[in-house]
Amino acid sequence: MNYIDEQTVQKNMGNRIKKNKMWRWLFFSATMIALLFLAALAYRILTQGIGGIDWQFISGFTSASPERAGIKAGVVGSLWLMAVTAPVTIILGVATAIYLEEYAKKGRLTNFIQTNIQNLAGVPSIVFGLLGLTIFVYVFNIGEVILAGGLSLALLVLPVITVAAQESVRAVPTDVKEASYAMGATKWQTVRRIILPAAIPGIITGSILALSRAIGETAPLLVVGASTAIFTLPNGIMSPYTAMPIQIFSWTQQPQQAFQGVASAGIVILLVILLLMNSIAVFIRNKFQNRY
Amino acid sequence: MESNPNEGNKQQSVSQRIQSNRQNRSGLMIIESLVPKLLLLASIISVLVTVGILYTLLSEAITFFTQVNFFSFITGLDWSPWQGRYGILGLVSGTMLITVIAMVVAIPVGVASAIFLSEYATDKWRRILKPILEVLAGIPTVVYGFFALTFVTPILRAIIPGLSFFNALSAGIVVGVMIIPMIASLTEDAMSSVPNEMREGAMALGATRFETTVRVVLPASLSGIVASFALGISRAIGETMIVAIAAGATPKFTLDPTQSIQTMTGYIVQVAKGDAGFGTTIYYSIYAVGATLFVFTLIMNLLAQFISRRYREEY
Amino acid sequence: MAQTNEQQSNETVKQTESKQTVYNVQNLNLWYGEDQALYDVNMKIGENDVTAIIGPSGCGKSTFIKTLNRMVEMVPVVRTSGEISYRGDNIFDRSYAVEDLRTKVGMVFQQPNPFPKSIYENIVYGPRIHGIKDKKTLDAIVEKSLKGAALWDEVKDRLDQNAFGLSGGQQQRVCIARCLAIEPDVILMDEPTSALDPISTAKIEELVQQLKENYSIIIVTHNMQQAARISDNTAFFLNGELVEYNDTNTLFSTPGDKRTEDYITGRFG
Repeated sequence: MNYIDEQTVQKNMGNRIKKNKMWRWLFFSATMIALLFLAALAYRILTQGIGGIDWQFISGFTSASPERAGIKAGVVGSLWLMAVTAPVTIILGVATAIYLEEYAKKGRLTNFIQTNIQNLAGVPSIVFGLLGLTIFVYVFNIGEVILAGGLSLALLVLPVITVAAQESVRAVPTDVKEASYAMGATKWQTVRRIILPAAIPGIITGSILALSRAIGETAPLLVVGASTAIFTLPNGIMSPYTAMPIQIFSWTQQPQQAFQGVASAGIVILLVILLLMNSIAVFIRNKFQNRY
Repeated sequence: MESNPNEGNKQQSVSQRIQSNRQNRSGLMIIESLVPKLLLLASIISVLVTVGILYTLLSEAITFFTQVNFFSFITGLDWSPWQGRYGILGLVSGTMLITVIAMVVAIPVGVASAIFLSEYATDKWRRILKPILEVLAGIPTVVYGFFALTFVTPILRAIIPGLSFFNALSAGIVVGVMIIPMIASLTEDAMSSVPNEMREGAMALGATRFETTVRVVLPASLSGIVASFALGISRAIGETMIVAIAAGATPKFTLDPTQSIQTMTGYIVQVAKGDAGFGTTIYYSIYAVGATLFVFTLIMNLLAQFISRRYREEY
Repeated sequence: MAQTNEQQSNETVKQTESKQTVYNVQNLNLWYGEDQALYDVNMKIGENDVTAIIGPSGCGKSTFIKTLNRMVEMVPVVRTSGEISYRGDNIFDRSYAVEDLRTKVGMVFQQPNPFPKSIYENIVYGPRIHGIKDKKTLDAIVEKSLKGAALWDEVKDRLDQNAFGLSGGQQQRVCIARCLAIEPDVILMDEPTSALDPISTAKIEELVQQLKENYSIIIVTHNMQQAARISDNTAFFLNGELVEYNDTNTLFSTPGDKRTEDYITGRFG
């Protein structure tokens, strides 16, 4: 006798194919949820915010009245923060990456540093705010100034930049490194003249992505004492400051309905800056892809 | 090095110059021995950051516990710091509520998206959808918070009568959306590391795409998927701005998502922007809350690492 | 070239009269972790000779040539015993800087591995890291090295182009030119033609013949015809042992060891 009954199989087959189609459609719809959400968000923010963007908004300080509120202090403050964050985090991140990939011997210490970086990446951003408040603001006593905010953000995105730099350094082919060593180059000569130049596109891309994360961070800055209302521009890293997301947050906290439009306008400016940074990163990534 | 025995006929200026340069390379050797030390120093800083976090949270939290009883802190349900009542469970329940709502949104949508991307989508769809997920992941949380408050909440209030203006539901849903890209991309990574031979094996027996996915691919990539859930939970617990903007600032021990609540992170923001004076009990309380938050997220992160290490499939 | 044939399997030592010894390998053993890859190798390599190293895959020939400039130490678990003296100095000596050795002993690899830089930058890399910086000298070095590698006429108009744009054979000659730029004493070649087409291979072989005027060349090859065509002396490795080392004509016409004979007549490998 036959173990397999042709007819039953045929009958089941139809159901199974139907089921497959139904699930395919469900998976697709789920994916569309993210797309729809993004579309709704973009539409909402743009329609609400774009009308509020004028010269007054871009060149003005914040204000108690929604018509006169501007984001200048926020934009300038965010740029100052990046001027502190970028060099600190890029230097530390790239140095750590080179150490781990090229110098460190495989062993406990290396594993420990690597695991530590992985764990730091999972620490909530607000905890970095608490760290900055205690260490920079009070222990080093530098106060609630740009330097404290910028350093806190630098430590926050350090794991992101380190991991990106490690990946780019690891992607440099061994045979090119060997060619350098075989000519009598020392380790540092090889790192500086061969490995770093080859890894630099990846490092730049990773750095821009990390900085675009930093520039949108709100929580740690609130904790380390960014001001919500400030009416002068910072004149150095020891000035009190505000930042774009801080301004946006303070506007969402206002009871008047009209501040929603101001917040939207601020968000449009923030998103445009982020979009710009990301486009540069994508451009660099595509331009230097497939070099090997 | 002594000089080459057959100079003259073939050793010319270049090699001689190289040789004499090599004699005076003390500068080079100093750099060569200094660089690894400097690089190690940079690596140590990332360790110092962890030490700094632990030190900060512990030392300030210990000061807090000289003023507030530790036992009543971890068992108290009522978080009313301005009345001197510090029961952390009043905040933890808020965090849990947000996390559960977020995961109810993020897990099914994230996994379904990952399945579509990894198993069904053509290359063209993948090229469209993955950047969209990346964009979604790159939006600052303050933007999500604003959107939750001004768009999602009004819609929900139209559907659910009696929903508070600040509520856990809206914030939780938006935290979930924020986490979708993370779960989707980690799950997709796990699924695409399943070798194609395994899929082909199932399909060659006449299994449909769906059957192959559910019976072969998902079980084979389960550890990576579960690890992504743990990381997602950790993100939800630590998420700050969405809840600070949309969930309210009224700590209560409740499981009712229509109510205004407060999370651990929301409380820290409330105190930070209210400028509680340095040295007050309330000032120290944010560190005790921060330490609790840190412990929760650390456990989830370690769990994720443990799962993906312990159950890593070897192909 | 006068010589005597000593044909004990492990202690085969080639004697040359009038020539200087570049390398003297004595009792060399090498392990990767627990696995021994070279067993008690003894070998003298003469100046301005082309020495071919042949043997089946995994016989240790590649490991051996990489030991001569200590590139083998790129693998962290490598241990060695015995001695390799280069121009009279033991290269395993603690005081012997590996960079000094590699400055005098150049290497060409199996896969062409130019740097992701322009042709010009590829050639001046060596001189630059060894402290030669003036543009005039560097220009002269580039021309001389590219001529030495028989590549000058093909690339002289596009020195600023990326070396990756060249064909495989041209890339390999860039690597040879890069090696010549620091005027080494010895050039090690680790299967330099295995990734190349027959025409490029012929060019490289021709080049080797020209280079031996000025350099001592040690070349690993899995191609016995190639060894026969271009080398003065040939060493046959099998399972990490140096089975036979002799004048190339003698080794191929009247092999002294049964295993050598089996290999060159194609009975295995």
